Amino acid sequence: MLRDYFFYAAKNLLKRKLRTWLTMIGIFIGIAAVVSLISLGQGMRNAILGQFETLGTDKLTVEASGTGFGPPGSTVIKPLTLDDRDAIEQVPGVELVVNRMIRSVSFEYHDIRNFEGITNLPEEDKERALVLDVLNVKLAEGKMIDSSDQGKVVLGSGFSRDTRYGKAIHAGNKVLIGGAAFEVAGVLKRSGNPFFNDIILMNEARFREVLNIEEDVDLLVVQVKEGADVPQVQANIEKVMRRQRDVEKGKEDFTVQSPLQTLATLDTILTTVQTILVGIAAISLIVGGIGIMNTMYTSVLERTREIGIMKAIGAKNSDVLLIFLTESGLLGMAGGLVGIALGVGLAKLVEVAGAAALGEGVLVAQFSMMLIIGSLLFSFIVGTVSGIVPSYQASQLEPVDALRK
Amino acid sequence: MKKTIITLEDVWKIYVMGHVEVAALQGVSLDVYQGEFVSIMGPSGSGKSTAVNMVGCLDIPTKGRILLDGKDISHLDESDLAQIRGKKIGFIFQQFNLLPTLTALENVSLPMIFQGIPADARAARAEQLLTIVQLKDRMNHRPSELSGGQQQRVAIARSLANDPEVILADEPTGNLDTHTGENVLDFLHELNRKHKKTIVMVTHDPHLAKRADRIILLKDGQVVKKL
Ligand SMILES: Nc1ncnc2c1ncn2[C@@H]1O[C@H](COP(=O)(O)OP(=O)(O)OP(=O)(O)O)[C@@H](O)[C@H]1O
Ligand SMILES: [Mg+2]
Repeated sequence: MLRDYFFYAAKNLLKRKLRTWLTMIGIFIGIAAVVSLISLGQGMRNAILGQFETLGTDKLTVEASGTGFGPPGSTVIKPLTLDDRDAIEQVPGVELVVNRMIRSVSFEYHDIRNFEGITNLPEEDKERALVLDVLNVKLAEGKMIDSSDQGKVVLGSGFSRDTRYGKAIHAGNKVLIGGAAFEVAGVLKRSGNPFFNDIILMNEARFREVLNIEEDVDLLVVQVKEGADVPQVQANIEKVMRRQRDVEKGKEDFTVQSPLQTLATLDTILTTVQTILVGIAAISLIVGGIGIMNTMYTSVLERTREIGIMKAIGAKNSDVLLIFLTESGLLGMAGGLVGIALGVGLAKLVEVAGAAALGEGVLVAQFSMMLIIGSLLFSFIVGTVSGIVPSYQASQLEPVDALRK
Repeated sequence: MKKTIITLEDVWKIYVMGHVEVAALQGVSLDVYQGEFVSIMGPSGSGKSTAVNMVGCLDIPTKGRILLDGKDISHLDESDLAQIRGKKIGFIFQQFNLLPTLTALENVSLPMIFQGIPADARAARAEQLLTIVQLKDRMNHRPSELSGGQQQRVAIARSLANDPEVILADEPTGNLDTHTGENVLDFLHELNRKHKKTIVMVTHDPHLAKRADRIILLKDGQVVKKL
């Protein structure tokens, strides 16, 4: 029976195509906005989550805090030192401390000179393994340098992909970094994180020589011992660092952070922004609902006689109610369907634009089954709810009066 | 003994329009017997349509009783009335009153949908009914693709959908030319004779009225003569 009402509703909607399309505009703009915003938001969240996943939740980062613009550590008031590093290594619950350096350096190839980002690879085995794990980089060509390769570096994928140095750089090529000659041992695969695509990896001892850095450290990554209480270790590190740097509690010129905290903060911001955007999109759905209501009123007026006929041949009030509710629900759902298609298209477009700007695979819109079914269900509900009052009025018409129209 | 199928007992219908009261029916009493063909005649505005609508449970009286199969229906609510209409009564209107978006077959099937009859049984019966009114070849046409006479024949088929006891026809030939009107009446006659349906027909045409078993004459909302 419901199936018959469905067909009847579809026939009526198809009969007045233009009106049907116009009525659906509000719904499909709303749904398209919701679908694209949520799928892109989820994609963005995944991208960020992906970055943190490589760090893991059992790690802490220590940074000197200041008003640093530019690469972290380069312009802060008081940089961390290797001393700090050694002190933290003594804190109970700490498994390993790795110092991370990120700087820029002059890079020359094929007689073209430029500044590029460079980061250190610690020579100690466990530390090196941790860094490589955290960076999650894979080789596309050549091989990784080992700790004794003082004259070799590994380059990000960007160097081999574009021709900023006149031609692509490959494993085996000779380059000048900070004025010193190096051989390119390997080139990395393209990474989800665009930062890694333009980086130079160099062993730490050479790194310090080339960049002329003695004691400074940009960032310390602390690996917490398995089973240790991460917040407790964090508090202990803070205590040690306060002593090291001679500052009072509350006036720290450094921060100890767990990636989890940062992630939670970012997630909250992202969720808030997304909620606001989806809220704005939802207004369009309300407008769409009112459009459906208006169309259903018109429809009931136009088809008063049909309602009379149906009642005369045995339609109960509930049948008439159901017939018109089906029609408005279908109107909403059809709008939702178009909206979903539009939203998916829109998100894909942003994804393509994002791939061009940020690199492949960084921002991938996520269309969950929940999102699609939820949108469809929601548009159906908007349609049905908007149809309640007009449909109820239709159902209450007196058959004789309706037939006279 | 003839069995009465419908009885109107002192039925009044009063319409209130602002301060004016219009008494469309003023104490109408009549019986319709099972299997007969009754014509209702009378001048315009005499209450013919109102009376037929009462008989067909489309409307309830202001005063008086209506008995269908011995059961008083004058106080039933709209849902029960709809149920009775759907099962026991078939309507044929002057304006054909088919649903414009539906094909002939779907129009004939519609009353069966409201009775919850399964789809294949519906289709089979609708096709059979359209065959009776000689429109099998027009099954999939919409009303706008059919002539007036053809539309009225679809309406006749539709009125038979749930195999009702009574068929009510309010000026079924009013919108048709004489020849087509005769043709439609032939079908009604066949329903009465061959399919044993009780038929109540309102008409202005004395010639057509004479083909009924009996004529009831209304004037100013009262029965003035039963022939
Ligand atoms: N809904 C209504 N409101 C007010 N008055 C009505 C209503 N329906 C019918 N009437 C009045 O009741 C009287 C009878 O109307 P009815 O339609 O039964 O006449 P009829 O005999 O069928 O006329 P016709 O031959 O023109 O169809 C008329 O005076 C009409 O104006
Ligand atoms: Mg009339």
